[in-house]
Amino acid sequence: MNVIVEREKGLLELEKRIAELRTLNANQPVDLSAEIAALQGKYAQIQREVFGAMSPWQRVNMARHPSRPVAGDYLAALDRFDELHGDRHYRDDPAVIGGFAKLDGRRIMAVGQQRGRDTKENLRRNFGMVTPEGYRKVKRLVLLAVRLGLPVVTFVDTKGADPGIGSEERAQSEAIASCLYAFCSARVPIVATIVGEGGSGGALALAIADRVIMLEHSVYSVASPEGCAAILWGDAGKAEEAASRLKLTSEDLHAFGIIDEIVPEPLGGAHRDAAGLIAATLQRVAVALDGLRALTSSRLLEERYRKYRRIGAWQGRNRETLSAVR
Amino acid sequence: MAMPEWLRRRRSKHENGEEAGTWTKCPKCQEVIYRKDLVENLSVCPRCHYHFRMHAFDRISLIVDNDFAEVGGDILPGDPLEWIDKKSYPQKLAADREKSQLTEGVICGFGTLAGFPIALGVMDFNFRGGTMGTVVGERITILLESARERRLPCIIFTASGGARMEEGMLALMQMAKITSAVTRFMEDGNLFVTVLTDPTTGGVSASFAFQSDVVVAEAKAMIGFAGRRVIEQTIRQKLPENFQTAEFLLEKGHVDMVVERAEMKPALARILDYSLGGHEVAS
Repeated sequence: MNVIVEREKGLLELEKRIAELRTLNANQPVDLSAEIAALQGKYAQIQREVFGAMSPWQRVNMARHPSRPVAGDYLAALDRFDELHGDRHYRDDPAVIGGFAKLDGRRIMAVGQQRGRDTKENLRRNFGMVTPEGYRKVKRLVLLAVRLGLPVVTFVDTKGADPGIGSEERAQSEAIASCLYAFCSARVPIVATIVGEGGSGGALALAIADRVIMLEHSVYSVASPEGCAAILWGDAGKAEEAASRLKLTSEDLHAFGIIDEIVPEPLGGAHRDAAGLIAATLQRVAVALDGLRALTSSRLLEERYRKYRRIGAWQGRNRETLSAVR
Repeated sequence: MAMPEWLRRRRSKHENGEEAGTWTKCPKCQEVIYRKDLVENLSVCPRCHYHFRMHAFDRISLIVDNDFAEVGGDILPGDPLEWIDKKSYPQKLAADREKSQLTEGVICGFGTLAGFPIALGVMDFNFRGGTMGTVVGERITILLESARERRLPCIIFTASGGARMEEGMLALMQMAKITSAVTRFMEDGNLFVTVLTDPTTGGVSASFAFQSDVVVAEAKAMIGFAGRRVIEQTIRQKLPENFQTAEFLLEKGHVDMVVERAEMKPALARILDYSLGGHEVAS
């Protein structure tokens, strides 16, 4: 049960009532505008209460909202997208889509983790959980992008890498490890956007980038709150508490220097104005790409190295206390 | 370089100290073994060949000739998330320091192996389950960077439950940080060898453990991305006994070789020999 979906139900009821009253108002002589205004006031108040200051757990649920725009929606909003399939070894993983694309005329390689919009599609796409073949497809596309000098643009949205028997048998660890290696050493600009749930290493495999953008209500976490609660509290029911401790919101991660910028979402979440939000996000990606274009590839690699090199929070006896906290 | 005093002390604790006279039970075959015999047998069960998890100090003693100079030992954990679950993170760290005699989940340094100078990193499951936090990330990064400067081969023994949750995303980012250091180290033509010991999972197996030139697995070790319990819960059935073992991975083509503990040092020496190369590339 998604706590955001539950809380939206009351608001959707109100929206329906307001629409009904409006129709009624237009078709009969009695003036209902005072009632409509009152309901609209109530609606706005509830909306502010529900979405004004969301807890980390509510953010997790927002990131998993069934109506939240998925990676494919961003790819579809590009000027052009020519999908490339398969890992050349075993199969085409439907949990990752990628290929040549154009963003406002810029030639790019675009890749996204694709969860389904409904149960049927989710089953086909394995709920966005990528298998080794998916990571090998991504790696192949990144190496191709490097050869052609195309910047890489990724859209991250996954609960985590697939934990099934088949994935273990086909070396999930090696697939992710190689993907990380390809992103770290790619001599082209990389811009990653966390559009939904950034689940652990399975998300990081597409998120090592020169510029990391995150939607306001997306989450990005070392482990799912449920998994963390099961391991550290011995009780998966403590997920809400785990979420509040993990520092997985966009503001937390910006403070740690792990992400570079936040795209604000409309009140009520990305799905309340999907087209506007997608356009704004792609605009940010375009600006980030333009900012990176001037760098030589060796400078680009050097800055990417330094960016990840300094992330940590440790103390040294013989050195000053170092921390990535901005 | 002499063997540091702390290493000698730690070794003798097993061999002559209070632990030497006790009995222990093999978790696999239930054989009751005299502690001293177990240590003499390199912590391998004489009956079923189960490889007990090994303390980093004992591992280093087993691998290096008789010298080891630690690097990064002064880097110690902070508490960036002010983490608390059933206990606070600083409490857990203090308990593990006491229990393991370690300051963190990895020891890194330089020594020689059968005469070959090497950079060596050894993870230890006794400290927070070998989990990778920012100290593990920083120490391994320093090791790879200094090995690159000195143009030395690097060997890392892994043992880890994955990224350390108490340090949140800062811990996950160590996968990116170490991978960055690995790419530079390897692209300069240096040999990178990883030895996967029991258990190697999660963020460690999905990063540097499988990025090396030669992936060695210690016999019987459990190696995988997802933990066994997670997979069983997902598929709602029991997994076969040999699933995710070193031997299973060898059969599937994921690792280069499976090596018994007693053979580890000679096996590594043979690999290191090839790093000297033969053909001079004209530049």
